[in-house]
Amino acid sequence: MSTQRQNPETETDNAEAEADTETETERNEVARRRAEQRERERVKENERATADAERYHLKVFRYDPEVEGKQEPRFDDFHVPYEQGMTVLDALIYARDEFDVSLTFRHSCRQAICGSDALFVNGRQRLGCQTQLSDLDQPVRIEPLPHQEVVKDLVVDMEHFYDQMESVEPYFQTTDRPEGELEEQRQSRENREQIKTSTRCIWCGACMSSCNVAAGDNEYLGPAAINKAYRFAMDEREGEEVKQRRLEIIEQEHGVWRCQTQFSCTEVCPKDIPLTEHIQELKREAVKSNLKFW
Amino acid sequence: MHEYDVIVVGAGGAGLRSAIAAQEAGADVAMVTKLHPVRSHTGAAEGGINAALRDGDDWEMHAYDTMKGSDYLADAPAVEALTQESPEEVIQLEHWGMAFSRDDDGRVSQRPFGGLSFPRTTYAGAETGHHLLHTLYEQVVKRGIEVFDEWYVLNLATTDDADPGERSCHGVVAYETATGEVEAFRARDGVILATGGLGQVYDHTTNAVANTGDGVAMAYRAGVPVEDMEMIQFHPTTLPSTGVLISEGVRGEGGILYNDDGERFLFERGYANNDGELASRDVVSRAELTEVNEGRGIEDEYVHLDMRHLGEERIVDRLENILHLAEDFEGVDGLEEPMPVKPGQHYAMGGIETDEFGQTCVDGLYAVGECACASVHGANRLGGNALPELIVFGKRAGRHVAGEDLGDPQVTAGWTPDAEAASVDTPVSLGEPWATRGDAVADGGATADTATATTVVERTLERERERVERLRDRDEGTQHADIRAAVQRTMTENVNVFREESALKEALVDIHAARERYRDVYVADPSSTYNTELIQTIETRNLLDIAEMITVGALARDEFRGAHWRKEHQERKDDEWLKHTMVSWSDGSPEIWYKPAVLRGEAKTYEPKERSY
Repeated sequence: MSTQRQNPETETDNAEAEADTETETERNEVARRRAEQRERERVKENERATADAERYHLKVFRYDPEVEGKQEPRFDDFHVPYEQGMTVLDALIYARDEFDVSLTFRHSCRQAICGSDALFVNGRQRLGCQTQLSDLDQPVRIEPLPHQEVVKDLVVDMEHFYDQMESVEPYFQTTDRPEGELEEQRQSRENREQIKTSTRCIWCGACMSSCNVAAGDNEYLGPAAINKAYRFAMDEREGEEVKQRRLEIIEQEHGVWRCQTQFSCTEVCPKDIPLTEHIQELKREAVKSNLKFW
Repeated sequence: MHEYDVIVVGAGGAGLRSAIAAQEAGADVAMVTKLHPVRSHTGAAEGGINAALRDGDDWEMHAYDTMKGSDYLADAPAVEALTQESPEEVIQLEHWGMAFSRDDDGRVSQRPFGGLSFPRTTYAGAETGHHLLHTLYEQVVKRGIEVFDEWYVLNLATTDDADPGERSCHGVVAYETATGEVEAFRARDGVILATGGLGQVYDHTTNAVANTGDGVAMAYRAGVPVEDMEMIQFHPTTLPSTGVLISEGVRGEGGILYNDDGERFLFERGYANNDGELASRDVVSRAELTEVNEGRGIEDEYVHLDMRHLGEERIVDRLENILHLAEDFEGVDGLEEPMPVKPGQHYAMGGIETDEFGQTCVDGLYAVGECACASVHGANRLGGNALPELIVFGKRAGRHVAGEDLGDPQVTAGWTPDAEAASVDTPVSLGEPWATRGDAVADGGATADTATATTVVERTLERERERVERLRDRDEGTQHADIRAAVQRTMTENVNVFREESALKEALVDIHAARERYRDVYVADPSSTYNTELIQTIETRNLLDIAEMITVGALARDEFRGAHWRKEHQERKDDEWLKHTMVSWSDGSPEIWYKPAVLRGEAKTYEPKERSY
């Protein structure tokens, strides 16, 4: 049941091939040479285009705990040919693939939904994929997120961020599910609208990195985790009882009351979530609920 | 050695849902994923989840639409499972708190989508996948399921019996990105592959950089057949400069496509006289490219998608995310001007052959989601049918691997008596005739009768450690990025929407050349800390196999069905081709064979009809 053309006798449906007396190896060789020729022409063409292009100057933070010459943090310069619409992520990929394959950064979706590539670009937290080079002054300085431990180059340790996210019981809870098997819980359009922006969080960590309070208090829940709590606390489907417990969680010593409303998280959030407002709203809810139980 | 009942590879929608199901059925589960779960590409799905939830709709209509959409290449038992169970799974998501868009009465909203006879696409704005992914991950956190994030699975630990149907899978070997450690994960009950898409084999794709088809390539090299790999979906509305997806929801809500002459070409040029913009994706993509090829494209490249007439209120309510994407990635304000769009690689209908419980022919090995082929999409997937596949088959596989009795499958995995051997005329030899280091055979490296499950895993671990060292030790050679770029280019040029024999053959030659260059590949970064170059180098190896499977399948299928258009063969050949293209890897060379599509459902047979929209 072989499908191979290793045995030329099986090539009955191709008249040209039948007439062909070359061996398999020779034909492979010719085909390969042609493919290589096409490849060489393409490379030359690219090189010409690259030489003509305007270049962007990047200064990129480098560090590797085990590679000689990179154990002391340093900045490397890359001059990347500019193309219309090029983002910081595109420029980093170019620098990696063309200049230094060891240049390391997280990235995946390229469309601001996976939250992998939050970076510190020209002194501000941004997603690399969402930031146009043309909006930036040169040289473009690219660093890992501040206030987080650097693993290598632009990669930071996210464990602490994940721990904080997971500490607020970040999952839906209710005591009151509808009876019927295919019966959904009802939610008003207004309520869905109220939680909408809070559900957009992509866990990129930009907010936490921008927050002075989080920098000074390692146990502070941080804007993203509080926003996650907000997403559930304000969801009318969970009910009052669950909401009370959620308010207790965010009222803890390192919870909402630590926030000094500096708005830095709100300013850097790539999904435009009004984080500070959400924190303030939870403070108000907590006060209301405390008064009620007095 | 880590040891669990069930190992799930990949933590997107399908992986998360199967882990939850297996754990609920009593299994001790761990997930191993090369990203953190919330980074998975399920999060980029926009449009929605098809489910027959409302009066006037039923699963039979959904099944009919899906079979028609598949151009009669899907297997009816799998399609009926999808459409019967999707409603309960959608309600399950709602009960887990997913933030669906709502109607005035507080129930979840549904909208029209391409190829559907009823507006049954349930959605959460134009960010349905994001909400689904986060909701499922929340449930994994709640249950305390262990997640090994940023661990890259290198290979499966499988016995190497001569007949793949006799083989069994006992675990995986994975590389920890942060430290460079290679470790073994033994799975007592089974391994579920949920590794998602393979779009990185093309250079204009909606897929993430991480979508490199790892699961498909690993299963293939372990002897599992891949099915209908030539069936690649090109989504009609992607942004020209980046490939970022603009949801079908835009057309579902009433968005219109125009050519450079301002014609609503789907109607005015007769591509889809009834459904227009809401014809199925393959039809719309071909129409757009035909317009461009005949000189009516804008800047000879794209067409316009206009949603301005829907009004700001409706757009912000239902499609807000699209405004952000168009602005951020194309610099266009969708409220003020039409958006430029062109077809881009989006989805693989084919994949690892499974039955409708996710089982492959290898004992203990399952596959679910985009990497799998049950088959529910056949030759063309309908918009809104991918997300229900993740949750329905994720749940089924999770329950099955944990030992629940789900009955006998109607779709059989592996070689069956009605399968038919075949041959295809290729310009170069396929696979790896030089048989490098056993990559070409099943991955156990031990014979079944002498090896215990543990020794199979241990030997796989040894071999993978050697492989990683070999890549790192070499000081010079070819860099993977050049090879990957060459593969992407030839696939995009030659194995795209329009396919012809000479171009397909040229692609095979290019892939062969790339494969030869890969023999000299090396990793320049000496670091064991977060060495992404090493991981990408191994991914590129997987892409070579994927590219070849797609192309050889495309060459074999000499007809026009669904997404697969052949210049020399302009008709659907039902007498000859109501069958799946199967490719399996044996001793270094791919073999091709066919298996009949199962058109017989629970109560009726889906007779092929002319497919017009």
